[in-house]
Amino acid sequence: MAAIADVQAAPAPAPAIPQRNSRPRHFPVWRWIILSLAGLYFLIPLWAALKFAGVKAFGQVSHQSGFTSALGLSVRLAVITTVLTLVLMVPTTVYVHLRLPRLRRALEVITILPIVIPPIVLIIGVLQIAPASLKATSNLLALEYVVLAMPFAYRSIDTGLRALDLKTLFEASSSLGANWLTTLWRVVVPNLRTALLSAVVLTVALVLGEYTMASLDLYQTFPVWIVLFSQDSGPVSTAASLLSLFVTWVLLMAIVTIASQSSRRRGGAEVALFTVGRRETGDSR
Amino acid sequence: MRSKKTLAVAAVALSGALLAAGCSSGSNSSGGGGSKSVNWANCVTVASCGGMKALITAAKKEGQLNVITLPSNWANYGTIMKDFTAKYGIHITDANPEGSSQDELNAVTSLKGQSRAPDVLDMGTPFAIKGDQEGLLAPYKVATWANIPASAKASDATWYGDYGGYVAIGYNPAKVKVAPTSFKDLLKPIYKNQIAINNNPTEAGAAFAAVYAAALANGGSFSNIQPGIDYFAKLRKEGNFEPVVGGPTTVQNGSTPILVWWDYLLASEVKTVIPGFKIVIPSDAAFASYYDQAINKDAPNPAAARLWEEFLYSTEGQNLWLEGYARPIELPTLVANGTVNKAAYDALPPAPSGTLTFPSQAEYNKAEDLVSQDWAKEVLG
Amino acid sequence: MAAKSELAPAPGIRMDPGAAPRGLARSALRAGFRLLGIVPFSVYVLLGLVLPTIAIAIGAFENSDTGALTFSNLDVAAHGIYLTGFETSIKLSVLAAVIPGIVGFLIAYAIFTAKGRAGSAIRRVAITASGVFANFGGVPLAFLFIASLGTTGIVTGWLNDLGVNIYAGKFSLFTLTGVLLAYMYFQIPLMVLVILPALEGLRPAWREAASNLGASAWHFWRYIGGPVLFPPFLGCVLLLFGSAFSAYATADAMTAGALPLTSIQIGSFLNGNVIAGQQNVGKALGLGMVVIIAIVMIFYTLLQRRAAKWLR
Repeated sequence: MAAIADVQAAPAPAPAIPQRNSRPRHFPVWRWIILSLAGLYFLIPLWAALKFAGVKAFGQVSHQSGFTSALGLSVRLAVITTVLTLVLMVPTTVYVHLRLPRLRRALEVITILPIVIPPIVLIIGVLQIAPASLKATSNLLALEYVVLAMPFAYRSIDTGLRALDLKTLFEASSSLGANWLTTLWRVVVPNLRTALLSAVVLTVALVLGEYTMASLDLYQTFPVWIVLFSQDSGPVSTAASLLSLFVTWVLLMAIVTIASQSSRRRGGAEVALFTVGRRETGDSR
Repeated sequence: MRSKKTLAVAAVALSGALLAAGCSSGSNSSGGGGSKSVNWANCVTVASCGGMKALITAAKKEGQLNVITLPSNWANYGTIMKDFTAKYGIHITDANPEGSSQDELNAVTSLKGQSRAPDVLDMGTPFAIKGDQEGLLAPYKVATWANIPASAKASDATWYGDYGGYVAIGYNPAKVKVAPTSFKDLLKPIYKNQIAINNNPTEAGAAFAAVYAAALANGGSFSNIQPGIDYFAKLRKEGNFEPVVGGPTTVQNGSTPILVWWDYLLASEVKTVIPGFKIVIPSDAAFASYYDQAINKDAPNPAAARLWEEFLYSTEGQNLWLEGYARPIELPTLVANGTVNKAAYDALPPAPSGTLTFPSQAEYNKAEDLVSQDWAKEVLG
Repeated sequence: MAAKSELAPAPGIRMDPGAAPRGLARSALRAGFRLLGIVPFSVYVLLGLVLPTIAIAIGAFENSDTGALTFSNLDVAAHGIYLTGFETSIKLSVLAAVIPGIVGFLIAYAIFTAKGRAGSAIRRVAITASGVFANFGGVPLAFLFIASLGTTGIVTGWLNDLGVNIYAGKFSLFTLTGVLLAYMYFQIPLMVLVILPALEGLRPAWREAASNLGASAWHFWRYIGGPVLFPPFLGCVLLLFGSAFSAYATADAMTAGALPLTSIQIGSFLNGNVIAGQQNVGKALGLGMVVIIAIVMIFYTLLQRRAAKWLR
């Protein structure tokens, strides 16, 4: 009996591989629940507005005069602001992380201020001290938008940098003969892709949606124009805001797609150092 | 471009550029073509500066007029601006149309010396008075100056009433079956969740006027606005009042079928999108308010500014306001002379009889202080 | 060894007794050069942020009519409805920072761990949609909620059909709760965008290594995930607080001033049609906001330090 039982038991499978992924396998259910709830929360109000506006109202929006010039102005300001913000914030944040970690807290405080001071207060202060020739052009707006974008850009870049071991990266890179600039451009930046993308997305969307400062400075950017021409009709003004959301979204999708394509083409160096359990020099807090 | 040295150089360049720009004087286009000896910025009456023809020539030469905070569907401003441009060929730029009276004064100060600064202003009386105190306005008397009542213009001619209206109750008969006729009516339970004013009374003139009117209807006076605040608190407690920003959109989507607003705005902004919309001046309170015109002392286009004022106070201009359902300041004169647009005049809701009175500046300030402190507490709490 | 010290974080004084005075001077000079790197940023912040803020702060102490030095603006700003405004604003901002902070983190984690082509498509859509919604607000947003949850709203109608009348009780869109609901519309996307880069710091290799060593999910989060993510999480919540604190147009459009919020009150002083000539009270309120955020930053710093000790 035992022999037959043994023979029958022979083809039993080898000891089971520990189900390493048993817990993560539950996660996908959570993921879909969370994403569906979020989707409902964000899409239902849009649907309600869409129902109110009706399809006809949309046609009236894009045919209005001033649509292209207002959108063009906003896009131009967005480009200037984004470039200035990145050029200003990325080297500064990297530098502070690397050489002046004690200033990190001070930097956090400074960059939280623009978000706390209401834009209307800021623009009044700015218009008080700005020189006349700067006030005469819309570039003053771009300069101020950089200040508004600073909190978001800093936060994104800072969280992105925390995940990197900057000292080692720079040491390794310089030991291979690269200077500060090359390291920044070819090693740090590719590793900050998500952070930079998040910063760019936030900045562009900020400029395309900023109303208060532009209207007080009396310039017709896209959001100002939307309010301007759609005063006459509720459905049209609702359609206009929905359309501005859509235009911004399309623009951002374009940016994201181009960015991911170009980095793939360039074969960007994505260096991920294996640093288990290593934190940044925590004492600098 | 990212090396430290280049950054430092760029920083110095940026600061240098800003400093240099600050040292240079701002652009300032003085009025007048330069050929005539008239400085239109100092002109107080058109007669003393060479007459209408000279004014028109100078204005046409300037070719541009900057106005501010004039929505196109507010008291027919859209048509007024179009007609002015058609008549004189002067291009009008309307900045910040949804802006407030305070925005206008801010723009005058912050854009001083710029060619984008506003030439003419249309604001509430407390702001006109403030502008006068700060020396921002130029004195000017239009040709029909004598037809403006003395109580509606500054003694130094820096501001003068232009048009106005009454606080009125507007309602959509499709949703509101029983017609309300007074503030007292609005307390009835059938109007649950239906009533709104156009905004925050500490921010919007029409909303503040609605509270004032409610005060008058409940035993208050110009010097006592408390009953008005109490009224709205009661309306809220009964569930009739929705503290939301009411407007044509909320009436259209059905959330606020009853709206308390200026009668001319109910007519020009709501009635145009809701046919059959009814407007009635409350039988228990008649509160009217007029806005004021003024000219920027440092207007970049002073001749055009003065021509604009002459246009507004001509029969043509006054009737254009009337066609926007507003009551122009010279309405009694127009009616007496028979030059009024009869159809537009008859379309106005019947005005209460008696002379118009307005709160004094002191009464207004006291009322506004009280509303700022108590509105949120009483209406929400 | 010299190269290593070049990269030393703190511009400390070199304890080299042999070269005392010259060593000190050289280190000070080196420290000065180190600060040179943040000169462009400092100049920009000085001109674009500090100077306007100082102009506002000075205005807060000036009499609106005469320009004379006065504390009356601050006095008005610190009492009565304006004090209530500060309290309500802080309450709303804390709620509108913590709740969207948690929800945003969950959503960001859900997006981040999505795999494959569907995953990258979801990520792309989510990032761009978050960018769009993070800056959406004001009158259009207020209308969106009135059209969905107002008394004649579409969702209210659906719930009525299901037999649930949300307006039977004390619920109203025009209260703190309603405004909070609307604020989440732009706070959650903001959180998603700013926490996403931090999630990259959580290497999948760590998760695998941990479970290889027999750690449960709870252990993983308690000893690895938590310590790595908590500081940036707190930083992002701080950002959300600031954003909610200064938001103005949405609450204004939805409650027409019935809810006392500092940002709305500033608007009625600096940007209104009723109160003339009291702009400096508005500036005093603005100064108050800066003071509050400074206090919040102190709490934030203490919390970070405490958390670092606790999670070590």
